[in-house]
Amino acid sequence: MTQKTRDDQTLKWVGTRPIRPDGVEKVTGRARYGADFARPDMLWAKVLRSPHAHARIRSIDVREALALDGVKAIVTGDDLPEIASEQAFVGEEPTDYRMMSQNVLARGKVGYVGHAIAAVAATTSAVAEEALGLIEVDYEILPHVLDAVSAIAPDAPLVHDDLCDRKGEKKAPSNIANEVEMGHGDPEAAFASADFVIDRSFTTQAVHQGYIEPHACLAEAGPDGQVTIWCSSQGQFMIRGYTAKLLGLDLAQVRVVPAEIGGGFGGKTTVYLEPLAVALSQRSGRPVKMVMSREEVFRATGPASASRIRVKIGATRAGNFVAGEAWLDYEAGAFPGSSVAAGSMTIFAPYAFEHARSHGRDILVNKPKSAAYRAPGAPMAAFAVESVVDDLARQLEIDPIDLRLQNAAQEGVQSSFGPRYKRIGFVETLEAAQAHPHYDAPLKANQGRGVAAGMWFNAGLQSSAAVMVNADGSISVISGNPDIGGSRASLAMMAAEEFGIAYEKVGVRIGDTASVGYNDVTGGSRVTLATGKMVVEASRQVIAQLCERAAKVWDVDVERVQWADGKATVPDDDTIKPLGLAEIATGAGRTGGPIQASASGSVRGVGMSFAVHLCDVEVDPETGKVDVIRYTAFQDAGRAIHPSYVEGQIQGGAVQGIGWALNEAYVFDESGRLENPGFLDYRMPVASDLPMIDAVIIEVANPDHPYGVRGVGEAPIVPPIPAVANAVRAATGVRFSDLPLSPPRVLDALDPAS
Amino acid sequence: MEYAAPRSLDEAIGLLSQVGVDARPMAGGTDLLVQLRTGTRRPKLLVDLKQIPGLCGIDCGSQGFRIGAAVSGAEIGECLPLREAWPGVVEATELIGSTQIQGRASLGGNLCNASPAADSVPALIAAGAVCTVIGPGGRREVPVEEVVRGPGETTLSEAEIVVDFRLPQPQEGTGDAYQRMIPRTEMDIAIVGAGVSLRLAESGECLACRVALGAVAARPIRVDAAAEALIDRRPDAAALGELAAQASAAADPIDDKRGTRAYRSRVAGVLARRAAEMALRRAGPRRVAGSPAS
Ligand SMILES: Cc1cc2nc3c(=O)[nH]c(=O)nc-3n(C[C@H](O)[C@H](O)[C@H](O)COP(=O)(O)OP(=O)(O)OC[C@H]3O[C@@H](n4cnc5c(N)ncnc54)[C@H](O)[C@@H]3O)c2cc1C
Repeated sequence: MTQKTRDDQTLKWVGTRPIRPDGVEKVTGRARYGADFARPDMLWAKVLRSPHAHARIRSIDVREALALDGVKAIVTGDDLPEIASEQAFVGEEPTDYRMMSQNVLARGKVGYVGHAIAAVAATTSAVAEEALGLIEVDYEILPHVLDAVSAIAPDAPLVHDDLCDRKGEKKAPSNIANEVEMGHGDPEAAFASADFVIDRSFTTQAVHQGYIEPHACLAEAGPDGQVTIWCSSQGQFMIRGYTAKLLGLDLAQVRVVPAEIGGGFGGKTTVYLEPLAVALSQRSGRPVKMVMSREEVFRATGPASASRIRVKIGATRAGNFVAGEAWLDYEAGAFPGSSVAAGSMTIFAPYAFEHARSHGRDILVNKPKSAAYRAPGAPMAAFAVESVVDDLARQLEIDPIDLRLQNAAQEGVQSSFGPRYKRIGFVETLEAAQAHPHYDAPLKANQGRGVAAGMWFNAGLQSSAAVMVNADGSISVISGNPDIGGSRASLAMMAAEEFGIAYEKVGVRIGDTASVGYNDVTGGSRVTLATGKMVVEASRQVIAQLCERAAKVWDVDVERVQWADGKATVPDDDTIKPLGLAEIATGAGRTGGPIQASASGSVRGVGMSFAVHLCDVEVDPETGKVDVIRYTAFQDAGRAIHPSYVEGQIQGGAVQGIGWALNEAYVFDESGRLENPGFLDYRMPVASDLPMIDAVIIEVANPDHPYGVRGVGEAPIVPPIPAVANAVRAATGVRFSDLPLSPPRVLDALDPAS
Repeated sequence: MEYAAPRSLDEAIGLLSQVGVDARPMAGGTDLLVQLRTGTRRPKLLVDLKQIPGLCGIDCGSQGFRIGAAVSGAEIGECLPLREAWPGVVEATELIGSTQIQGRASLGGNLCNASPAADSVPALIAAGAVCTVIGPGGRREVPVEEVVRGPGETTLSEAEIVVDFRLPQPQEGTGDAYQRMIPRTEMDIAIVGAGVSLRLAESGECLACRVALGAVAARPIRVDAAAEALIDRRPDAAALGELAAQASAAADPIDDKRGTRAYRSRVAGVLARRAAEMALRRAGPRRVAGSPAS
């Protein structure tokens, strides 16, 4: 059997658009999401949440609530084991188990309005709700901090007074939870040799991932200690690992069954409810179901960090970037762990700088703990750097795409975050944007066009997959990653391609934690890339076995057997009739038993993705309203296994970024209470707000993947904010450096109220 | 909580007066159900108004229009004579929510929910709509601008309900329009709404004008000073500028998560002017009521 990277000529499925295996279930409403599970005798649980942004909990009295008819169990922070400080890696944002445990149920202190204090399980949700009102919490209210600037002032109240560094050593008291620095060269000295230097500061607001499905789970702890959890998340193994850790259980005792997921975007890479549901089930002896309300999702689950970023770039008259330096402050929320490191890594990543440095700080404030959100940390950084690049292009009178091409990162270039680039497709993506008819389509009065670029690493991490040959010659694939963006289809297509059989003959199932090897979360745009690689690897092992079985039947040397088009053949002897998959499978009992293989690995060879977006806006000069009227997104996908799902990812990322740019923002009152915990006042774009997002796929194959895949889910949210802001700059002449570009802000800048 | 769907006005008024403050009339329920869910209202009895003949249907006659208070936005949008006569009222009604909401939302509910930002209300005030109110004390006619007292509060007394809205057949040269500002295109609450109705003489002079604003005060307001900027004048740029300035001056909005005070005041003027411009275009080429618009 030959190991090869398949090329276009031999491909039957890759690059086509078959119907996804989960499509019918989803459009007919039959697919089961997190809240769709039930067990006999099930209880409902609700969470009591802090009304204060910062307070010490003197005492919690649950006696009256426990006495209420129908209440079966209550847990508070005292009921969870103390957890030592230890780094947990959630795939996209760093966190610490001790802090995770405190976020799941407050100990001693609450850190934000909405922080969980107690959970009650009762026979109905109405009883559970009523019981919450009977819990008496005695608070000592503490002064709070709500933004990064006040949080680092010398006299700021401390969100934590017992922070430890990564080695577990206690740190000096401060709201700066972590600092990162990276880069190369000596930007400070190099700025002196630049003809132009632009130095500007930008702010962005906290925004929510806005998944349609609120967090939900059902947990059942048996009298034997076995625990089963049904829930919607970005990773059943992540839920198992964190829940077991937080409750002190063995992993082998916990089984997590993944539901379909109604959106996660990074926000479902951690636990909120599952440890509570399990603890309540252990105490009550009954299954416990929990479903967050939308308001709880907003108040208590992770938004993307608010940020303040200063960027300084120096360039020569000819347009060569000489040096770049950036200072990034990201709000972590009430627990450490913002995406500032990734922001600092991506900020200069698209460009070849001789001198580049970024300084990032993770800052504690009394707001919900931030969580990963699609290319965590990168969109805000891109807003800052791509706005400055746009200004440089204006100042230098160079076409903004030419300026980017002139400085574009490419193979061999030293990246600002460390490694040298392998083969990447940034130049090709820029060229495609420049050649597209959108780029020089005419504009009318009050309209403007913006261009911006962005990069995301994509992740490999750990993946496993199992491939089994069924007796009828069909193939079953088990993946351990929840299918968020169409990965069942992509995995089936790669398997069909490997076996040389019809796509319909491959069935892909998402296994629970007991039915497939370990997988890291569905995050980092990694599933088609990494789990796909494992499916290909397992398929090739199975094909090797199929060849051996055929060799046995024919009694020929296995070296002479080749697999092609779903059949084993002996190319050097045409008297031997090829054996099809079904024939080998049916006879497997006589040639050595069932045929199957699994593959696991820490997948290396990720391919970085670059995206370039073109955005046209029209600005109403009298109301300040910005309408996006045309939008084209270009992206190097490496290879689009299923182009529709690549386009879907590109469109979705663009829309989320546009929302972030225009109207989405958390609005807090002075006491730290979120004023817009719902989709009416947290203004995500609705379908009628936007034009069709045109997606243009560029394919510069990732040499380290059997089908050239890079991963596509995150890069498309990186360029939209600056693409919109640069378009608004073009339409109005005003450079906006603070988000969101809401009508009042825009009008005020266009025509300051007297 | 109990639910009743009476088939007559008498029965409805009877139920409402029996149960008193704990009873709540319900039309489309698009405000009420949300309030039940969030716990802002906890009525003991819901009195569904949609089975009562007097609150359903639209009558168009030579005297004008009678629109049942429980008629849905979708039905109103499909009533061609009404569209033609009062396009501003219809466009305001159609802005409420989405296709799904349009299938339920009523004018009675939009008015009696008493939100300062209700979309149909400024358009109805500008058009001079009058509603019929019936309660234990009998029947009265109330101009729309007198129904809302403040956020969530009406001037209706206990067990009184709005039965219908009346609009005249517009006189020759009449045009009306409604404009609203939201940061999105739908599923949002007006930051400012402006309704204008006016009538032009053959000479092009403005004979009559009514201006109403939403979301810029504790309740939808009629702004006579803005209307007077046009009345007895040619509606030229200067007059429209004056109308805008008066509308901005009359606005007394709050600062909140949805918009700042300064922004709302400024945009009130802009939208009042734009609504007037649209109303002028509609009034311009004289139309005979009932005939298709050209
Ligand atoms: C998703 C969504 C989007 C929305 N978008 C908009 C929008 O864009 N613009 C807008 O203005 N509104 C909007 N709304 C609010 C709501 O849809 C409107 O106010 C609608 O017109 C209410 O009508 P209803 O028949 O559903 O009222 P209901 O909910 O039935 O009643 C509302 C209130 O009025 C009372 N009431 C109803 N009928 C009568 C009557 N005949 N006499 C006395 N009292 C009565 C009820 O007791 C209740 O207090 C939206 C609501 C939702 C859920």
